[in-house]
Amino acid sequence: MTDAVTSLWPFLVYVVAVLLLVATMLGLSFVLGQRRANRATNMPFESGVLSVGSPQIHIAVEFYLVAIFFVIFDLETVFIFAWAVAFFELGWEGFIAVLVFIAILAVALVYELSTGALDWGVKTRAGAPRPESRQPQEEQH
Amino acid sequence: MSELGTVTFGLLLIAAAVGGAAVLTWFERRLLGIWQDRYGPDRLGPLGIGQVVADMLKLLTKDDWVPPFSDRFVFVFAPTAIVVAMLLGFAVVPFAPQLYVLDINIGLLFFLGMTSLAVYSVLLGGLASNNKYALLGGLRSAAQMVSYEVFMGLSLMGVVMLTGSFSLRAIVEAQRDLWYCVPQVLGLFTFLIAGIAESHRLPFDLPEAEHELTAGFHTEYGGMKFAMFMLGEYLGLILISCMITTLFFGGWLGPWLPPLLWFCLKTFALICFFVLLRGAIPRPRYDQLMTLGWKYMLPLTLLNLVLTGALALLLEGQRHV
Repeated sequence: MTDAVTSLWPFLVYVVAVLLLVATMLGLSFVLGQRRANRATNMPFESGVLSVGSPQIHIAVEFYLVAIFFVIFDLETVFIFAWAVAFFELGWEGFIAVLVFIAILAVALVYELSTGALDWGVKTRAGAPRPESRQPQEEQH
Repeated sequence: MSELGTVTFGLLLIAAAVGGAAVLTWFERRLLGIWQDRYGPDRLGPLGIGQVVADMLKLLTKDDWVPPFSDRFVFVFAPTAIVVAMLLGFAVVPFAPQLYVLDINIGLLFFLGMTSLAVYSVLLGGLASNNKYALLGGLRSAAQMVSYEVFMGLSLMGVVMLTGSFSLRAIVEAQRDLWYCVPQVLGLFTFLIAGIAESHRLPFDLPEAEHELTAGFHTEYGGMKFAMFMLGEYLGLILISCMITTLFFGGWLGPWLPPLLWFCLKTFALICFFVLLRGAIPRPRYDQLMTLGWKYMLPLTLLNLVLTGALALLLEGQRHV
């Protein structure tokens, strides 16, 4: 591991060079850019329509659900990463253990999908009126 | 390679990556022009390559405007994040047996980490703009990138299993007999789709979706800060092509020609493929995109892992008997 430490400083030079490049780009455009102020320059752009109300609107709850699912399934990948790198050493025992692990997650994924958690736009969860047109499709599950 | 040589190579790499991304903006328009039976930019210089310089000068002299209603610091920080993350990702790519900036035994994880950082750029850009279109675009792309990231890492685990290492050089060396695009064809397919979605290139450019969100998360951006978002996107395209070459198409391996040339040729072919995808496939609806990610690609990736594991262990067992 000693050579790993010595070979680290070229990378640090690389990082500094990248940061310098970005700073130069921002700095150059700040110096070279034109300055202008018209009547509508400092207004939010909404395709020519005057902005009404706060831009901090209520957002669809699906985005939040996706974030939660991401946390769950990304944790899963961490465990699989650890298994994958030692795959041949662990052999069949490790494989079966991971198979059980993946099966549990697959069940979770199927449950998640069947509750309609990832159905964008169509509200089929408890409390929301069930659209008539969706019902024949739902019964197939 | 000596340390001074590595430093020089690093600086050359930055120049090549940024220059390549700039030329790619012109190259993509020309290629799309050919495929769509029109010319594309062909006025400035031979074949129109002067367009790159003209675009750059124009963007540099545009108003460096920070909206007074925005979160100023975050607004300026957001476009820099994607450029920095993508350029740092290039550091671990092994272009030839001795040609790399950083050789660590977790190179693949470093690459995955850097590509995930790009989501901050898009999300923060959308939030800081304080504009409804930008907010919606930022949210959409955050959800999209996060969804496709789940199986982006998983789709590469087949490669890691067969190699037994996260080191990118070890992965290339392990492909001497057979490129991983054959045993890992499912992994290649899923990684390809995840890669396009992560760099939000055209079939999956929902965050920008011009006809419904004006320009999505970078609605309020102009001049060089807008150019940095674009630069980051094109750098991402090159980086993904480099990684697919390394992981699935044998990296620098190839007969007769020098290793670096092989690497560049393979990467170039992949970039052309990505441009062709842009010209060939229409954009899906947003819910279709999320459905594709969670209902089809994620199970497919898990299936690939299980199949790879079972087959590799069976073949390994037969070899020892």
